[in-house]
Amino acid sequence: MELFFDLLLIFLLVCAVAVSLSKNLLNSIIVYMSFSLIMSVIWILLESPDLAITEAAVGAGVTSILFIITLKKIHAITEDKKKKNEEENHE
Amino acid sequence: MSKRVPKERYEKTRSYRFKQWLAGTKDPFLDNVEMKPQKEIHEPEKLVHEHELQHLQIVEKAYDLEHNAQIRLFQKLYNVFSVIFCLSLVFILLVGVSYLPQYGREDNPVNNEVSARYIEQGLQETGAVNIVTGMILDYRAFDTLGESHVLFLATCTVLILLRKDKKKKQETAEYNDRIYEPKNDVILQTVARVLVPFIEIFGIYVILGGHLGPGGGFSGGAICGAGLILYLNAFGFVKTERFFTGKTYKCMCFGALACYSLAKTYSFFTGANHIESVIPLGTPGAILSSGLILILDICVGFVVAGTMYTFYVMFRKGGY
Amino acid sequence: MDFGNLFANYQEAAAMILFALGFSNLLLQKNLIKKIIGFNIMDSSVYLFLALKGYIKGHKAAIVVDGIQSVNAYINPIPSGLVLTGIVVSVSVTALMLSLTIRLYHRYHTLDIDQITLEVKKGGY
Repeated sequence: MELFFDLLLIFLLVCAVAVSLSKNLLNSIIVYMSFSLIMSVIWILLESPDLAITEAAVGAGVTSILFIITLKKIHAITEDKKKKNEEENHE
Repeated sequence: MSKRVPKERYEKTRSYRFKQWLAGTKDPFLDNVEMKPQKEIHEPEKLVHEHELQHLQIVEKAYDLEHNAQIRLFQKLYNVFSVIFCLSLVFILLVGVSYLPQYGREDNPVNNEVSARYIEQGLQETGAVNIVTGMILDYRAFDTLGESHVLFLATCTVLILLRKDKKKKQETAEYNDRIYEPKNDVILQTVARVLVPFIEIFGIYVILGGHLGPGGGFSGGAICGAGLILYLNAFGFVKTERFFTGKTYKCMCFGALACYSLAKTYSFFTGANHIESVIPLGTPGAILSSGLILILDICVGFVVAGTMYTFYVMFRKGGY
Repeated sequence: MDFGNLFANYQEAAAMILFALGFSNLLLQKNLIKKIIGFNIMDSSVYLFLALKGYIKGHKAAIVVDGIQSVNAYINPIPSGLVLTGIVVSVSVTALMLSLTIRLYHRYHTLDIDQITLEVKKGGY
């Protein structure tokens, strides 16, 4: 069990580094999602099941959904702009 | 019937003078202040235009990243200093950790008489089998009330930041839905039809079993909110707005917070005056036990579920 | 500095390194969304540290089983209670920051914080 816990800690650190190094925003959000899931396993190993349930529902679920929907909003606007530019170019 | 005061007498009253002083037309200690507006300086338009052009040129030159050596130097220095700062921070923290007592020992100073009291007396005093729930909803219920208000305030702020006009909203919502929402996606709808009832029932189970096992209002509410979000994604706004609109959220949130406050006021009142509370603690382990904790759990669950769903709706559409 | 103790407490040291990683994200990244993720990582590391402080080896979760009510059976429930409220608050903080990000993007059409400050200085608004 000790070894498993250490592996999870190393995975946490790797995830935290990968978030900052990845170029793609969607990638880093999904890595952050896996970070939260690992945190929820760590809560189980630290004997706090309340925290594990909350983290799995909130950290991995709702927060990631909010991040992804923010990305959607932002890309929607760029696509809009691109389309407008194309139309102007055609004219 | 109000008395009509002649104008001269009215002008001598204190309130009138105070009003005039506020408006700046009269100094109460002197005579009338001269209130001639200053003459506006009329520059010729050509000069104004030139000034603007010069200003623009200066701005362009000052903030041209590729040619301004100062800004580049600043950015380099900023990066170097932030790396140094992070390294020194981690060094200081590690020095702190190295003097902390050993991890996982029983005789650590953290495990003092407070936690011993919670563990040894918690079941008798609160009636909750889960000591953590008994702690956050009975001993520290005031803290949890503040926390629910934090959630509610966060939704209000997000609503203020992301609200859209009604006309604009209709256009953009239609537009966004057409691009991004897979309308009537068969796979998603079939899966959602199977999964959503189970998710909701599991969420309700977690809320109701908060005092008997792991769970409670926060986790159960988040699960319920996630289920609602899945339902919304599969079937669109038309179906969810049949039962969940902004008004529903308002009623739910206000009701839950008011219920929480009233219940806790009662328990504080009886506790402070040493009056026996009417609500029995019941047998530990039964679903209807542990006094007010079940009610408070349900209230917190309502607030959290509504908040999670409302966050999603705000981000997606900008208001209900 | 006591290196032996540091290696014995390597879990807490990992939490601290995680905190510094999140903080460096907050300082060095230019993208607003990555800054917010860094903030969340800092949050998680603090929670991890708190929960590690309350953990006792060989003890069970703080749920009374078989009527045993002794300190030698259960872990410390206080950090769990604190972290439970903290996790939910961190979600609302994240939502608030993300909505601010959306507003900034609508105004300046970029997520780069340097560009936003430049535009603010240039335009004077």
